[in-house]
Amino acid sequence: MTAGAAPQPARSARLLPSVGVLTGRALRIYRRTPQLLILRIVQSVAFLLIFRYVFGGAIVAGTMRYVDFMASGLLTVGIMFATIGTALGVAEDHVGGLFDRLRSLPMPRSAVLAGRVLADLAMTVAVLVPTIAVAFAVGMRVHTGWVAALGALGLLVLFGLAFVWIFVAVGLLAGSVQAAQGISFIVMPVSFASSAFVPTASMPGWLRAFTEHQPVTVVVNAVRTLTQGAPAEALLGHGSGYYVTRALIWIIALVVVFAGLAITRYRSR
Amino acid sequence: MPLMIEAVGLRRSFGKVVALDGLDVRLESGQVAAILGPNGAGKTTFLRMISTLVRPDGGMLRVCGLDVAAEPVRVRRLIGLAGQHATVEPALTGRENLQMIARLFGQDRRTARASAEETLERLRLGEAGDRLVRGYSGGMRRRLDLGASLVGRPRVLLLDEPTTGLDPQSRIELWDTIRALAADGTDVLLTTQYLEEADRLATTILIIDHGQVIASGTAKELKSRAGRDIVEIHVRDREDLDAAVRALTRIGAEKPAVDRGSLMVSVAVDSGPERLREALHEVSELGVHVEDVALRRPTLDEVFLSLTGSTPATEPRGGEPRPPGSAAGVAPETASRSVR
Repeated sequence: MTAGAAPQPARSARLLPSVGVLTGRALRIYRRTPQLLILRIVQSVAFLLIFRYVFGGAIVAGTMRYVDFMASGLLTVGIMFATIGTALGVAEDHVGGLFDRLRSLPMPRSAVLAGRVLADLAMTVAVLVPTIAVAFAVGMRVHTGWVAALGALGLLVLFGLAFVWIFVAVGLLAGSVQAAQGISFIVMPVSFASSAFVPTASMPGWLRAFTEHQPVTVVVNAVRTLTQGAPAEALLGHGSGYYVTRALIWIIALVVVFAGLAITRYRSR
Repeated sequence: MPLMIEAVGLRRSFGKVVALDGLDVRLESGQVAAILGPNGAGKTTFLRMISTLVRPDGGMLRVCGLDVAAEPVRVRRLIGLAGQHATVEPALTGRENLQMIARLFGQDRRTARASAEETLERLRLGEAGDRLVRGYSGGMRRRLDLGASLVGRPRVLLLDEPTTGLDPQSRIELWDTIRALAADGTDVLLTTQYLEEADRLATTILIIDHGQVIASGTAKELKSRAGRDIVEIHVRDREDLDAAVRALTRIGAEKPAVDRGSLMVSVAVDSGPERLREALHEVSELGVHVEDVALRRPTLDEVFLSLTGSTPATEPRGGEPRPPGSAAGVAPETASRSVR
């Protein structure tokens, strides 16, 4: 068939403008439904306050003040919970037919997931910032320097990126909104079986084998050593270099695997 | 002028379920075409294939002369798809929804604004354009969704069950819109479960079952292909129904269908006017009070049922088609198969 018989088609949309349009769309939706963001901030802050004032007095974290110990954990776990909504949103768009419409448009298919990830990452940062402010207000302090603290912040954002991709994949693979929601609750056990809230030393050996190496622990400990310095390194047994390297490896691996799964699923026809 | 749609031997399976089983279609451009078929017949799969969302396992498919497998991106520039669910975003205004899609069609900001405006006007949503969609009625949402498939000015508009779930008023409005679009030169291909919709809107009707086209043509052609006329007798008193059935059994080519609610008996006959006379003679012999009589062509419902039957999917296909009227009164839904 010669192309000459076809009518003159318009040009296709390019990648960056398409990503911009879709990111802008998602952010505008979040702005119009502020309860989504408010709810996530409330949840994140409430969690922090519960561990600061309810459990905090009963937990001993070596020579560290518990508020300094737990803040790194709560911020990391807070990010995981803040990204749960991504799975729901993606499942809704997938099941509800929005993705079909977008895939039938003459635009780069990668723009849809990229726009979603950027917007949801922005949401995650919007939850992280007030939670950090509250952490400071209830007594958490940085005992290293600003450079290390900014490094910790960067690591938290990257961890958020990894979890946004995880939940994009969950939303696409779950098959229904309810299933996506159900699967998202894996963040519960994964966050508790880590060093986020208590030192792992008190856990039985078989559990420690898991908790010591799973990504939440590694990221929490990286943030902890970056912000608390020597007391944290003494308690955890390794320096910040050790944890940051492992945290970055975990984050890259999670992004590669789950972005790969999500993109493959999105493109399949 | 290339054909709107040309499909040859199109096949696709999902696991064990065969959705399309050697589908052959030729549709001229410049018309509204309707695909009719029971649930699971392959209508939606075919539409999704044209929209480049589903890849064929085998066969050939061209849209406006472009091969869908070889040039999916160019095909996407020509089509506008409105799926079964309204995919407009409730937290955005109608205008924002349309502008977004127009931008993703590759239009620059100013063109996108103009296209959105034009589309809102065309769909009579101009006044509601700056309101959030969450305040729209179901009919308005569906119109806006149609708008989203139009805002890129497609050559071929693909509508998957566009009026399912709409109230009668909204349905008629949407039909008017679709007719107006076709009159302006947009080709339209729609799937529907409503025979009336196909009858009213479409130039060409394709009847699909088991992933194959089992009949195609204009509504008139399909009706005359089914051949037999229908004799209908309305009786005045319920007690007379059985007598009327006996009378029509004698003259009919098939077993009569009885509608006890409206006191009506109908039967397919071989030679209309002659049998009608006989029918009247028979019923008066039996002393039946006749309220009304009619001789009519079969409805598209009856054609549809005679072609697709209501047999379960396990039966071998290609069996004797049922004559019209034999299943009259059975809703098309009950004739559907539980393939998917």
